[in-house]
Amino acid sequence: MRELVISKIKEGTVIDHIPAGRAILVLKILGINEKTRETVSMALNVPSKKMGKKDIVKVEGLFIKEEELNKIALIAPNATINLIKDYEIEKKFKVKLPEVVKGILKCPNRMCISNSKEPISSIFYIKTNGNEVFAKCHYCGRRIKELADYLL
Amino acid sequence: MKHLISIDDLSKEEILKILDKAEDFEEVALGLRNCRILEGKILANLFFEPSTRTRISFETAMKRLGGEVVNVSAQEASSMAKGETLADTIRVISNYCDAIVIRHFLEGAARFAAENSSVPVINAGDGAGQHPTQTLLDLYTIRKECRRLEGLTVALVGDLKYSRTIHSLIKALTLFNTKIYLVSPEILSLPEDFLEELNGDVEKAKLEEIIDSVDVLYVTRIQKERFLDEEEYRRVAGSYRITLDMVKRMKENAIILHPLPRVDEIDVRVDSTRNARYFKQAFYGVPVRMAILSEVMV
Ligand SMILES: Nc1ncnc2c1ncn2[C@@H]1O[C@H](COP(=O)(O)OP(=O)(O)O)[C@@H](O)[C@H]1O
Ligand SMILES: [Zn+2]
Repeated sequence: MRELVISKIKEGTVIDHIPAGRAILVLKILGINEKTRETVSMALNVPSKKMGKKDIVKVEGLFIKEEELNKIALIAPNATINLIKDYEIEKKFKVKLPEVVKGILKCPNRMCISNSKEPISSIFYIKTNGNEVFAKCHYCGRRIKELADYLL
Repeated sequence: MKHLISIDDLSKEEILKILDKAEDFEEVALGLRNCRILEGKILANLFFEPSTRTRISFETAMKRLGGEVVNVSAQEASSMAKGETLADTIRVISNYCDAIVIRHFLEGAARFAAENSSVPVINAGDGAGQHPTQTLLDLYTIRKECRRLEGLTVALVGDLKYSRTIHSLIKALTLFNTKIYLVSPEILSLPEDFLEELNGDVEKAKLEEIIDSVDVLYVTRIQKERFLDEEEYRRVAGSYRITLDMVKRMKENAIILHPLPRVDEIDVRVDSTRNARYFKQAFYGVPVRMAILSEVMV
């Protein structure tokens, strides 16, 4: 067994294979902040064979819904989710890109209604073109790449 | 409920259905036949940006079909916009009428309006975004004046960057196996990501190279505001001007279209040539909008 960077958790969600430096963005997408009750730990710049360096996030005592977790794919397309029960990995899966995301990305078009004072949340359709992921604004049609730069 | 927000929302079949309907309404639009299928219905024209042509042609279309129109002027609309959100305005107005035509300065405003409306919403232009009723009338004009829509060669000339008419039209044309030439100054060329998204026969070209091979020459205005200095504007605009000499090189049955208003991008002497069809195009706005109104309200 490989050494754990952070101590073992009894129950919860481990998000692995996050591109180095993006753990904080992952927390942001999941809405995890100082108001969250659960204990959250992060490991940054962990050596990884596949990725060189990676980040890991662990949320204790919480099984985050798959639908929520898939939003992470926007900025960490290769993230692996490990659901831990009684110190063992009970379920392991890769995040899948969602087809639509609401209220997560910000449209860069200043003239887009989603950036106005209206009661409105941004809606983006997620598409791929080969390896490249991009998103298209439901309201104005603007396309964005490098999604990490457009998190709300 | 049916809305008309973007030409992308329509399939080829739905587009053709509207064009066929418009054909039926042409006599009514000319006042030759009576038809009152929208009697008792009220259309609200909600224009946050000034417009004459589009607003009047909607009003005419509605009245020719026996319906009534409530106009909210740009001034009234903008004072409303200060006091309340578009969402609230739409929730209120959609309780007063059977359909809403909206023009707004923000992109996506029509789609957002539709999401807040209890009646059908028709987009009459949202900022630099979509203008689907113009596209439908352009397609109608092309089909009518070229006697077909499939397999034509169309040159789009002028401002391909900001013109909402052009963006909607290009997408629609690619549904009909059209060969499209893009003719514009570099700084007004079609946005790269828009181009990437198209799958069709689309190619940049120079006017003098293709003028003798096109079936449709679609001209748009080059706006002065897009240029940093007046000198540059005059030089560029001048080189995209359609003159009598150029028209002489066109195919005999080729047509020239323009969404109007024109400034000086088409020489007035071109107006009397057999190729000029832009005023006919403006008339066709009425039967096409009749078709759209009846489509969403009946
Ligand atoms: N009980 C646990 N508590 C906290 N983290 C754990 C636990 N079990 C496994 N992990 C972490 O979950 C991730 C996946 O574990 P594992 O399947 O062993 O590695 P890999 O996916 O790299 O083959 C690793 O980052 C590991 O540290
Ligand atoms: Zn947008």
